[in-house]
Amino acid sequence: MIFCPTSQVAQLGNLRSWTGKEMYMKFKGKVWKFKDDVNTDEIIPARYLNTIDPKELGSHCMEDIDKDFSKKISKGDIIVAGKNFGCGSSREHAQISIKGAGISCVIAESFARIFLRNAINMGLPILEIEDIRGIKEGDYLEVDLSSGSVMDLTEHKEHKAKSLPKFIQEIIKSGGLLNWIKRRKLDAKQAE
Amino acid sequence: MAYTITEKILLAHTDKKSVAPGDFIYARIDLALGNDITAPIAIQEFEATGAMKVFDRRKIALVPDHFTPAKDKKSAEQANVLARFAKKHKIINYFEVGRMGVEHALLPEIGLVGPGDLIIGADSHTCTYGALGAFSTGIGSTDLAAGFITGCVWLKVPETIKFVYSGKLKPWVGGKDLILHTIGGIGVDGALYMAMEFQGEAIKALSMDDRFSMCNMAIEAGGKSGIIEPDEITEKYIRSEGRKVKGVFYKSDEGARYRKVIEYDVSKIEPQVSAPHLPSNSAPVSRFKKINIDQSIIGSCTNGRISDLRVAAKILKGKKVNSRVRLIIIPATQKVYSQAVKEGLADIFLNAGGVFSTPSCGPCLGGHLGILASGEKAIATTNRNFRGRMGHPDSEVYLSNPAVAAASAIKGRIAHPGEI
Repeated sequence: MIFCPTSQVAQLGNLRSWTGKEMYMKFKGKVWKFKDDVNTDEIIPARYLNTIDPKELGSHCMEDIDKDFSKKISKGDIIVAGKNFGCGSSREHAQISIKGAGISCVIAESFARIFLRNAINMGLPILEIEDIRGIKEGDYLEVDLSSGSVMDLTEHKEHKAKSLPKFIQEIIKSGGLLNWIKRRKLDAKQAE
Repeated sequence: MAYTITEKILLAHTDKKSVAPGDFIYARIDLALGNDITAPIAIQEFEATGAMKVFDRRKIALVPDHFTPAKDKKSAEQANVLARFAKKHKIINYFEVGRMGVEHALLPEIGLVGPGDLIIGADSHTCTYGALGAFSTGIGSTDLAAGFITGCVWLKVPETIKFVYSGKLKPWVGGKDLILHTIGGIGVDGALYMAMEFQGEAIKALSMDDRFSMCNMAIEAGGKSGIIEPDEITEKYIRSEGRKVKGVFYKSDEGARYRKVIEYDVSKIEPQVSAPHLPSNSAPVSRFKKINIDQSIIGSCTNGRISDLRVAAKILKGKKVNSRVRLIIIPATQKVYSQAVKEGLADIFLNAGGVFSTPSCGPCLGGHLGILASGEKAIATTNRNFRGRMGHPDSEVYLSNPAVAAASAIKGRIAHPGEI
């Protein structure tokens, strides 16, 4: 069961923000907790949408909720939120900002539709777990994307992520939407 | 097999023999839309793949409407990416400032979207075109890049919630109030991943502009799309724009399956206001009469059309905007602008002490042309009142229809249009 993009995602244009292939399947990081309905204006306010630079967008991540967020976090930290994370705009600046800030993955009870598809298409690892109440801010999590295991190292408790539909897993396995398309074209050529 | 209108449109855009909610499909698109915020990322990704050609230069629309006329150097650079891409790929539907309008008002007005179409747009309010009986949904820049290359999009066939509106509307109540009331009832994720189908005698009686306002805000309930079966009003709208009626007028079958059906008696619905900081915080306007405002915004892809300006002008005629309040009116398109001038609406706004601006998304998403300071409150005909949406994180936005926004500008506090 694959829960997250493979290393090929990093080859997608200039949007790459990760290096080191091992990072993709497992990561450890500190939890930053957020409420329900975190919207894209909170993730990256529209006043910064006049750029697509990951570093700059990363430096303003979540700033209208917590103006020092991007300064406080360490590379690899994890966002844990309630339901409907990423509601609002279609802006992929949200994913670029989260990645640019150094966040390794986002765990939520549910994701808003466009945010979900953008994360899948772009290769931002996301996991849905039933109930985030057991996870506290500051806990350390170990996330295994291939098994869907979210281990709370502070609480010594394991949470299981919901598995993704096969179709979505295919896009993820290809390394994001554009690689999936490239591969399909290649397949079509081979079929000829 | 009985299908909903949404399922029928999706099926017609694949080579499949049948579809069902939950199926993943790879569907052909009739139009792919991008703006000055989202298209630059799509174009960068398109170019990074090494693609040389777009799938169809007639089926791409590029509308620099968010931060234009360019509000700063960086915005100018972003808008310029669109202009260059359009030139390079000979994209017909690129709209420069002066011919531009807020995308979701512009495309229906010029007939780029129509009944039975499948449209994707890298803008969450792309769901607006469902008002014409199209399947239309917001996607991201990566989807848009993929659409530019292949002319297709991956979609999960959504379940549909049917909303049935019966009865006759009260004075000063329109599509905006119906949708705010609906979102208030089901919540900001009440239709998550689902299609919202609006039906009933009250919908049949709604003008196209009101239908656009309703479908525009489907995303504010988490919806994938909003849709209304096209009818004689749709047909009349298309003809009035001077075009031939084409496209397929799909209808939902008797016996089509719905996730649920929710019914409303619209004769009980007052003009609505959504309090900060979620569109779902809606309640009758009478509950907000103690809220003083600093600014009133009339415009956006939700309510910047000619009938919105007409209703505002009806209230503002011969009146003055409260001395503490800024009234900013932004027609959604050049055509709406020109019409408002011809009909004398612009004069009414100016005489009242308001501002009448060139088309732009402007302050709706905190871009420019009316940003709020810390502690300020605005009433706006826009679609989102998230924290900081229109400016400072400590400012507040109340959502309403244009009549309420106009009445509030005069009173200096949130007001029912009947008070004027």
